[in-house]
Amino acid sequence: MDKPFPYSETVMDHFANPRNMGDMEDPSAVGNVGNPACGDMMRLFLKIENGIIVDAKFKTFGCGAAIASSSMLTEMIKGMTLDEAMSISNEEVVNALGGLPEAKIHCSVMAEEALKAAMEDYKNKNR
Amino acid sequence: MQTEKFVYFDNINTTFPDPRVVRKIDEVLNFRLGNPSAHIHSAGIAAGKVVDEAREKVAAYIGAAPETLIFTSGATEANNLAITGFLKANPEFGFVCSNIEHFSVLNQIRSLRNSVKTSILDVDSYGLVEPDSLEKVLKNNRSIVSLSLANPEIGTMQDIEKISEICSRNGSILHSDATAAAGLIEIDVNKMGIDLLTLSGHNIYGPAGVGALYVNKKIRLASIFEGGNQESGIRPGTENVPGIAGMGEACEALKGDMKSHEKRLRDLGNDLWKSLQESVRFVNFTGHPEKRLPGHVSFWVEHIEGESLLLLLSMNGVMASSGSACSSNLKAKDEDELMASHVLAAVGVPSDICSGSITLSAGRYNTEEDFNYVKSVLPGLVEKLLTMSPSYDDYMKNKETTDG
Ligand code: FES
Repeated sequence: MDKPFPYSETVMDHFANPRNMGDMEDPSAVGNVGNPACGDMMRLFLKIENGIIVDAKFKTFGCGAAIASSSMLTEMIKGMTLDEAMSISNEEVVNALGGLPEAKIHCSVMAEEALKAAMEDYKNKNR
Repeated sequence: MQTEKFVYFDNINTTFPDPRVVRKIDEVLNFRLGNPSAHIHSAGIAAGKVVDEAREKVAAYIGAAPETLIFTSGATEANNLAITGFLKANPEFGFVCSNIEHFSVLNQIRSLRNSVKTSILDVDSYGLVEPDSLEKVLKNNRSIVSLSLANPEIGTMQDIEKISEICSRNGSILHSDATAAAGLIEIDVNKMGIDLLTLSGHNIYGPAGVGALYVNKKIRLASIFEGGNQESGIRPGTENVPGIAGMGEACEALKGDMKSHEKRLRDLGNDLWKSLQESVRFVNFTGHPEKRLPGHVSFWVEHIEGESLLLLLSMNGVMASSGSACSSNLKAKDEDELMASHVLAAVGVPSDICSGSITLSAGRYNTEEDFNYVKSVLPGLVEKLLTMSPSYDDYMKNKETTDG
């Protein structure tokens, strides 16, 4: 009875008050991914200036873990260089969230993949 | 983060015990009772009396004779005893069930498949078994047919009297799991024509860990456990005396105001359904609109994930359940265990656009205010999730272009 919610406090906080949720005008890059495990999806918008992620926004159709992962990811990558962001893995997101249930790890993978997809999009646009 | 509100709409998974049940169990535990099999001393005889009394009360709820009831550890055991126990004693029969049965029924196929003819009936999009397809299967093969009285996830109630008629016309036996329906509707095994019926204690405002199986006198069952002589040797093992007493008391407590609660919950449930139909965008109801459990409303919403909605509901003090393992089974070991609900798949809910359904199941303790509260918060929570959903964005953009 001391743990009334199924996720860590940090996850619940990011789920209830997602950071950086919404659309972005003229994004430098967009990453779109679907989660093959459950059919959910995530869209990540990045604003990149001089090789630095100056803003990040997301939209997610997913479970609590997916929404919290998206929110946490955007918080983590804001201010990072592209190289730094490139090395972010889903485990780092999970750790920052104070852990996720085993069966919900795939939801954080979706966040990592959205980031990779956005980076790919940026590369393609700036070739 | 947790609100003060406590609005419980998960009665389908467990109900809270009636205060009379709690008192009864307390009394029984304090009464220095012996083992009911110790017929020789007064402590044992007193325990036997408690069990007998409870048997009468449970039997009365379903219109049966006390000696037709066997107490078990719960519905899962009762379902196993009904089907496997029947087929053990009557190996010439086949086994038929629907594709929306509980796993304690469906999964018995794995062990029965090698020794008896088994068939699984598809249900229609409301979750109803088609009488013709049942008749066809039974024509060629006398069987024990297991169909739950009502499905917990989508609320649909089978046309049990019609099904029973088909069964008896074809020399077959009908088992019905009444776990979801009991406590919400009146049950009469003779009127309904049910040969074997499963009841669960914690679903009828009684304790968990106890259940019962009604066995029509004309039916022979074999035990599925080796052991002593308890429950006529069909269910060996020392009786769960306090649990049984609690279940008896729960059945006794149901009597009297059963009809009025049924009507009240039916009206409130219908009203909630109508309200959500108007206030919740992209809502898709599951189950039959009329042939359903009173106070039961189940649905899924396009573009949003069921689990997110359940979490938001819980944060607002509303406890509901989900029809998708993906949404509620956070304890699953891996993604494979997170498969979509077999019930939703059976009624044709597209797995790629439905990420979990929501089941709101009321019970006799739910008030009209509870229903009104859900009506007031749910639409806003859905909207909150829609604003987050890229799938919703895509849909709207598509709509704009097609609408010109
Ligand atoms: S279950 Fe689909 S993203 Fe978590």
